[in-house]
Amino acid sequence: MMTAMRALVRKDIRLFLADPRALIMSFAAPIAIASFFGYALGGSGNQGASSAIPVLLSDQDGSTISRAIATALAAEKSLSLQSATLAEARETVRKGKASVAVIIPQGFGKEAGEAFFRNSGKPEIEVLYDPSRTAERAMVQGILTGDVMQAVSKEMFSGETGIAVLRDSLAEVEGSQNLRPGDKSALLEVLRGALVLNHSQTGGNGFENGLQIPFRTQEEAVTAARGIQYNGYGHAFAGMGVQFVLFLGIEVGVGLLLQRQRGLWKRFRAAPLSRGMLLGSRAASAALMAFAVLLVQFLFARVAFGVRVEGSMAGFLGVAGAFGLMTAGFGLLIAALGKTPDATRGLAIFATLLMVMFGGAWIPMFLFPSWLQTVTLVMPTRWAIDGLEAMTWRGLGFRSAVAPIGVQLLFAAIFLVLAWSRFRWEES
Amino acid sequence: MLAVQGLKKSYGSMLAVDGVSFEVEPGETVGLLGPNGAGKTTTVSIIAGLLQADAGEVRIEGRPLAGDRDPVKRQIGLVPQDLALFDELTARDNLLLFAALYDVHGMQARKAMAEALELAGLAERVLSKVKTFSGGMKRRLNLAAALLHNPQILLLDEPTVGVDPQSRNAIFDNLEILKQRGKTLLYTTHYMEEAERLCDRIVIIDHGKVIANDTLQGLYRMLPVSNTLTIQLRNGTGELRLEGLRALPEVRSAELKGATLRVGVRDLAMETPRVLQWLVEAGHPYEHVVSERANLETIFLTLTGRSLRDA
Repeated sequence: MMTAMRALVRKDIRLFLADPRALIMSFAAPIAIASFFGYALGGSGNQGASSAIPVLLSDQDGSTISRAIATALAAEKSLSLQSATLAEARETVRKGKASVAVIIPQGFGKEAGEAFFRNSGKPEIEVLYDPSRTAERAMVQGILTGDVMQAVSKEMFSGETGIAVLRDSLAEVEGSQNLRPGDKSALLEVLRGALVLNHSQTGGNGFENGLQIPFRTQEEAVTAARGIQYNGYGHAFAGMGVQFVLFLGIEVGVGLLLQRQRGLWKRFRAAPLSRGMLLGSRAASAALMAFAVLLVQFLFARVAFGVRVEGSMAGFLGVAGAFGLMTAGFGLLIAALGKTPDATRGLAIFATLLMVMFGGAWIPMFLFPSWLQTVTLVMPTRWAIDGLEAMTWRGLGFRSAVAPIGVQLLFAAIFLVLAWSRFRWEES
Repeated sequence: MLAVQGLKKSYGSMLAVDGVSFEVEPGETVGLLGPNGAGKTTTVSIIAGLLQADAGEVRIEGRPLAGDRDPVKRQIGLVPQDLALFDELTARDNLLLFAALYDVHGMQARKAMAEALELAGLAERVLSKVKTFSGGMKRRLNLAAALLHNPQILLLDEPTVGVDPQSRNAIFDNLEILKQRGKTLLYTTHYMEEAERLCDRIVIIDHGKVIANDTLQGLYRMLPVSNTLTIQLRNGTGELRLEGLRALPEVRSAELKGATLRVGVRDLAMETPRVLQWLVEAGHPYEHVVSERANLETIFLTLTGRSLRDA
């Protein structure tokens, strides 16, 4: 009986290797797409090389403060700043060629200085943004806030505009009838002190750079270990590997339907072989092929992009093997439920794309709403991708592979039992 | 060798096989003849173990066929109606695979493969992919694939469908060799000329039932007319009195359409001269005469009232 089992498995593998379309879909297509996604997701560790945000600045003020803001924004490495008129800025953002446009209105510098010491009306900076790139708007707003604060405070404590504003403010406070005597006295003291500070600017009063953010951040990408950088290709190859291996599962199922259509199943059934042998050999060959395809894809990722199994190798092989079995079960279920090969292929591709999408292969899981992240736990693809990522760039140990392996084996068992119970053994 | 007893099989409300019974002796070639949809393939599928009968049983050498793994299935070689081959594999890979299904492997498998390919005339194409074969070659390989485990019984389900006359003859030559080797053949077809050429006995099946089971000679004896004479009369010879012709003891039937007279007789050699002599004596000279022997088509028509092709 082992002779028949070996022959049936070998036959499936030979057919797979003899089919150029299957080879392209299993190797070339996922490698090409994963390479692109991996590059787009930051490549192999050089996150800093991600492209700068295109920002337009329309300085309608031309004051010392607005020019200082422009200089500060231009110095930001994460921004690509260009000047434009208001009309140009609006049109360029509308066309999607710039994410954000900052419009500094006329009189901004003076009004901002006045608002710095007094509770007068705050001038507005208009921020035009592309609604499809709100994350970039938030980032530009944060940078802009820091730069405006620094430019205004610098001018107030060390510039001509600051002296003028302080003198105006002193005169206003001195003439005020509304302030309580104690408050008036304290405020005058502050303003006079600021004026003195401003006058001493040439001596280097420490405010020549304005108010500074009182902290710096120390960033560390937490990966397998210190010094090992995040590799965007790790996620991309996990996602695309899972997707295209499932496509292989579809071909396993459709192939079985084609064998039935071409009468080959009759020859198999006429032989003194059990049903378990016939379906089991198909499951075994499918699992082996799925496992091998996934390994080859990650081997390519290792050689071309440095994606390593930083965690447990046993865990990685376990996740890949369990996914192979799950794929085999999925393929047999397709064969059991399908009627004609063409109609079945269409439906199976649709189901696979849903599983892959909700498994996080295309879009990183953190971008999903939290409820959807919870719901996707019922997707075997989610566990496969998480498991492969855990064993590669996250560098986790075998214990972290146990749940992904277990869940996929459970799905494999469910699919195989369903396939067995629904398989049409007799021809109508 | 093979005994089929009271087989019944339904698909929903459609009764495909309705109490089919027949036997095939060792070394005998039996034709299962009937129109499309008569129940031939269903019967063969039950015998091969592909379908479970609703009632009845199949016995091979006296043993009932039971279950998928029944070793008695080794006695059967199935040649399906479809070209059940893997196009992307070579002839060698196909045959070794099908041999392995019957636990035939190693030297034994290679020897069986060589013999089967020799018989099918495909020994030189052993390493060619099946997709490069012509339709006729595929049909011969389809037959060879059923021989690797040296079965005693061959079930041939319309093995010449869609092949050219030359390939059909080649397949027939192969089957005649297998017959000479003592194989038992059950041959389903709706081509009566195939059954006439190959079969020792013919089982005619229609609407899932066996309507005749006899040798070709036995089936002919069921016919009132075994030969038909088509006689072209010379024009202007006056009105022919068919009653006079029909009154002759040698004449079984007589029809006249225009100047064409069709006369049914039993014994062509003895009775034709008498008919022609009567025509001349009655003043109806003829231009030419063609004789036509009754065939299975005629038999089917007689038994069912329908043409085999149109049924």
